[in-house]
Amino acid sequence: PAFGLFIFTIARDPLRIIILIAGAFFWLVSLLLSSLIWFIAVKASDPQDERLQKGLLIFGVMFSVLLQEAFRFLYYKLLRKAIEGLVALSEDGCSPISIQQMAYVAGVGFGLMSGAFSMINLLADALGPGTVGIHGDSQLYFLTSAFMTMVLIFLHTFWGILFFHGCEHRRWWEIAAVVIMHLTVSGLSFCNPLYMGSLVPSYLLMAAAAAWAYLLSGGSAQNLRRFLLCKC
Amino acid sequence: MMAFMNNSDSEEEPCNERTSLMSAESPPVPSYQDGLPASEAGQAQAHRKRRAGSSRGPTTNIAGGETSGSGVAVRESILENEEEELTLKYGAKHVIMLFVPVTLCMIVVVATIKSVRFYTEKNGQLIYTPFSEDTPSVGQRLLNSVLNTIVMISVIIVMTVFLVLLYKYRCYKFIHGWLILSSLMLLFLFTYIYLGEVLKTYNVAMDYPTLFIVIWNFGAVGMICIHWKGPLQLQQAYLIMISALMALVFIKYLPEWSAWVILGAISIYDLMAVLCPKGPLRMLVETAQERNEPIFPALIYSSAMMWTVGMAKPDTAARGASQQTWDAAEDGRKQLRSPSHAESQMSETTSPVPTRPVTSLEELEEEERGVKLGLGDFIFYSVLVGKAAATASGDWNTTLACFVAILIGLCLTLLLLAVFKKALPALPISTTFGLIFYFSTDNLVRPFMDTLASHQLYI
Repeated sequence: PAFGLFIFTIARDPLRIIILIAGAFFWLVSLLLSSLIWFIAVKASDPQDERLQKGLLIFGVMFSVLLQEAFRFLYYKLLRKAIEGLVALSEDGCSPISIQQMAYVAGVGFGLMSGAFSMINLLADALGPGTVGIHGDSQLYFLTSAFMTMVLIFLHTFWGILFFHGCEHRRWWEIAAVVIMHLTVSGLSFCNPLYMGSLVPSYLLMAAAAAWAYLLSGGSAQNLRRFLLCKC
Repeated sequence: MMAFMNNSDSEEEPCNERTSLMSAESPPVPSYQDGLPASEAGQAQAHRKRRAGSSRGPTTNIAGGETSGSGVAVRESILENEEEELTLKYGAKHVIMLFVPVTLCMIVVVATIKSVRFYTEKNGQLIYTPFSEDTPSVGQRLLNSVLNTIVMISVIIVMTVFLVLLYKYRCYKFIHGWLILSSLMLLFLFTYIYLGEVLKTYNVAMDYPTLFIVIWNFGAVGMICIHWKGPLQLQQAYLIMISALMALVFIKYLPEWSAWVILGAISIYDLMAVLCPKGPLRMLVETAQERNEPIFPALIYSSAMMWTVGMAKPDTAARGASQQTWDAAEDGRKQLRSPSHAESQMSETTSPVPTRPVTSLEELEEEERGVKLGLGDFIFYSVLVGKAAATASGDWNTTLACFVAILIGLCLTLLLLAVFKKALPALPISTTFGLIFYFSTDNLVRPFMDTLASHQLYI
């Protein structure tokens, strides 16, 4: 689905593609820094202690989430500057792309990159022979991973919109809400392999974020109804 | 690197014009252990990258009746502002026009590396990297790779200087012959090897006559497209293919550590060769600009084309279309060219019949600004990503990270191009990003992601 989003909405406009790739790049850098921290922490600690390792992992995840949000903020700042530049250069004095579109594209960029990193090795292994969950792990590993990745990509998209909107209008609680949601989703994934615990709340959160972002982008229940009934 | 293949046993043709400037390296030399003949022509020539060295050309409304030299000067002063706006406005489009071929080339290389095992087996080394890396100690290995790099870079420098000298002294026939031989070799020999390996991997049987016909057609059309004229997309496709083939050859025959050190050294060399006043590539570009000559074909990838439809004189039309990729600068500097300027340059300098380009300019039907990227850039980008795909244990994550890094580097370079408006090296920024991301992703991110994935945690 994320790829479909890409093709239908982003691939037309070259500017959006650039923003997308830049968004992916920012996510990548944040991942890099967070894994650096984790790596240092692991090397500095005792490799035998299981609990400590687990604790460090959790710490790493949380830190990574915070870092991702920080980079989202940095990216927002960069895009603000870029918009001013674009407005100055365009002929009719208004930017060819709005900040909301940028928010959407940035969110998709983040999401795609995170999804790709989460899934792609899995997919590559899935091409090979083998059975899932042969050591007593859940047999639904691939399926749940796929769903989880999808929900994460969508969430990143919505968070992008919400985050940028919050920054635009200086509503700090929106930004805080995004961060808390991200932390929650990551935290929920700790419940794996108890899939009920992680997937369902994630989807609920995603639906909430979707509705919120939709409303923020100027949609309403009326628009939705008209769209669904294919009215013009 | 530009290398001229002057003697048949020359080993490499390092193509000069690395990234924006240089063309690819010459083909591997007789160190193939499988007994391939040294192919001279193929490599170096084909990979010259050149960037249109010409200054920004006027826009479409200025076409008509201007000779290239004076026209440029006049138009430039008038259109400075307009051009700037247009440039930046078209900026995003151009970036995408370059993203697509670079992405395609990388995809081809990565797909081949992942599926065909031939390119990851070590079957010997190029003669340009004489020191082996199979040494027991780390220090020795490092030393050997540094020595390899020095040898390679010096070969490249020698070839580049040689090319510049030839160009300065107007030995055009020689250069053309060199290029033609080079691309001939690439198109036929390497394609044959590639096809053979792919067929072997997928266990498809093919008889020799069919193979012969296929390769002959492919090669002949390729030669025509690249050196003479042909539909733009076909030409672009061919340039991408030969870049990918060249990159595959490099990936196979360069030992690991040497490859990384070479990538780093080449971007530094590119930077210096383009920007230093005495750099060979810069001299090449300037000479070409002074003479208002197009750059040799088959060394630059051009993203747009001037259509000279309905020309009054058929021969100028033919020439114009075929030479649209000939940019003034041989070195692959990136520059945005205005089509009319290029057209006037081309028809002026390359048409044997000295017809004035006036009529042709007036009859230009379509103009598109294009950005030109040297083929060497393509090759080294693909080498980086291909090496990442071949040797990284984190597989796809590392490859993806390098891919994004290179694209971002390309973006930044194009941005700088729009700001500085002169030929720029395209290698340094992208290669630096790519290298940083490769090493950090491989060593830092991979264990993190693996642990996360094993616990099925999501960040």
